[in-house]
Amino acid sequence: MPKVTFIEFDDTVHTLDAEAGATMMETALQGGVTSIVAECGGACSCATCHVYVDDAWVSRLAPKSDEEEDQLDSAFDVRPNSRLSCQIKVTEELDGLVLRTPSYQGR
Amino acid sequence: MSGLVVIGASYAGVQAAISAREAGYAEPIRIVSDEDMLPYQRPPLSKAYLLDGVAEDKLIIRGDKYFADKKIDLVLGEKAIRIDRTGKRVELQNKPALAFDRLVIATGSRARQLPSAAGLQNIFYLRSLADALALKAQLSTAAELVVIGGGFIGLEVAASAAKLGKKVTVIESTRRLIERALSPVLSEFLRDIHKNHNVTIRFSETVTGMTQNGAKAEIHCANGDKLNADLVLVGIGGIPNAEMAADAGISVQNGIMVDAFGVSDHSEVLAAGDCTSHFNALVKRNIRLESVQHAQDQAKSAGSAIAGKQVVYDAIPRFWSDQYDAKLQMVGLSEGHDAHAIRGSIADNKFSVFLFRDGKLVAIDSVNRPGDQLIGRRLIAGGAMLSPAQASDDSFDLKGLAGTLAPE
Repeated sequence: MPKVTFIEFDDTVHTLDAEAGATMMETALQGGVTSIVAECGGACSCATCHVYVDDAWVSRLAPKSDEEEDQLDSAFDVRPNSRLSCQIKVTEELDGLVLRTPSYQGR
Repeated sequence: MSGLVVIGASYAGVQAAISAREAGYAEPIRIVSDEDMLPYQRPPLSKAYLLDGVAEDKLIIRGDKYFADKKIDLVLGEKAIRIDRTGKRVELQNKPALAFDRLVIATGSRARQLPSAAGLQNIFYLRSLADALALKAQLSTAAELVVIGGGFIGLEVAASAAKLGKKVTVIESTRRLIERALSPVLSEFLRDIHKNHNVTIRFSETVTGMTQNGAKAEIHCANGDKLNADLVLVGIGGIPNAEMAADAGISVQNGIMVDAFGVSDHSEVLAAGDCTSHFNALVKRNIRLESVQHAQDQAKSAGSAIAGKQVVYDAIPRFWSDQYDAKLQMVGLSEGHDAHAIRGSIADNKFSVFLFRDGKLVAIDSVNRPGDQLIGRRLIAGGAMLSPAQASDDSFDLKGLAGTLAPE
């Protein structure tokens, strides 16, 4: 099982077992990453599962869809390495991924 | 110390418990739910869940381990039946009563029932996962669907069913869709996209009665028409589950009356989510909201208050809906608006309707234009001076204007 690490804005670290096929958002909720809110339940409609991808990993993720790009426009404190965690599927290749969370989720 | 008891384990109940813990509350916390499932996501129930195989376990919001780590006890599949406020106990259907120092009521809302549908087969309401399971099973074999009520739940189910190739008719009693929450421009847009997907909408139409016609339900319309349906989805609004609170002597008027910290007129009892009524500064009156954002944000204030931290609940309301390829997002409250401006292009399915009241921006309804929503929230919260002409001018720098406002 791939392991992923979420580092919350207050420096709380969660290293979690991620199930292949699940999304990073689901992994975060199950693992108790409180600063992932996921109001819309994974429909790419709320921008409340916003994460910053560790620089070493940015280019190793599947690219953003237009929909995700649009939605990120509405998020708070967007950076070049911003993603919506509901749009990142867990795969074996993502073992070791590090994601950080912003201090505010939502638009 | 008896600690905190929370009634209801959906967004508000869970968030209140988590926020109390995070704000430092160290006493026992128990959450009672009449459903036997772990807390789950509700927005997908009328959308993705009906369309594809979203597994039930993927809907779980937080797992067992999370609650164990936070020392929050879940009492699932157990109905709270009475609040003994003076004795500070919640009586349960089958188990011994739970004593509390503080109580959070997060009982949500239930679907308003259609009296004429009582006793018939094929009638569905949609609130819970159990409702969605039943609806999905019937949907797999149904050919003809009638949706009573052109609100969010009704239209989302209509869109999902149309995508599955069903013949769908929506019966709406008013002259436009989601009249209470949406601008006329958005109502017309929704009408058109449903029409483009072969959904028939009957406006200004009411149901006078229903009968069972073999395996089908027969719906009698006020104009004399009769419609047959393999499945009738009734989405005519919600009723707050506030009776238990009222019976306990807590003030209830279209919801449990709470202040900006989620506290009722009895300081030991708090409430959050669909079941509450709170004063909203945008419309300057008490309102009741049904949304995930409201449930979570209000519950954060309630949970914090229990731990002795004052966090005012004054978030600008946000709503969203997915229908076909349209992502609708709403921020603010458009009630009583007297002017509007359109930014973007309706023809391209990418636009926002800026809504004004007395010269002030009060709400923005967006379709596939999420970027306007974040700026919009800041503009509304900050009371920005924005004119309809500026709002409709795509070259006018909204971000720049938002930047001039005091930081939140």
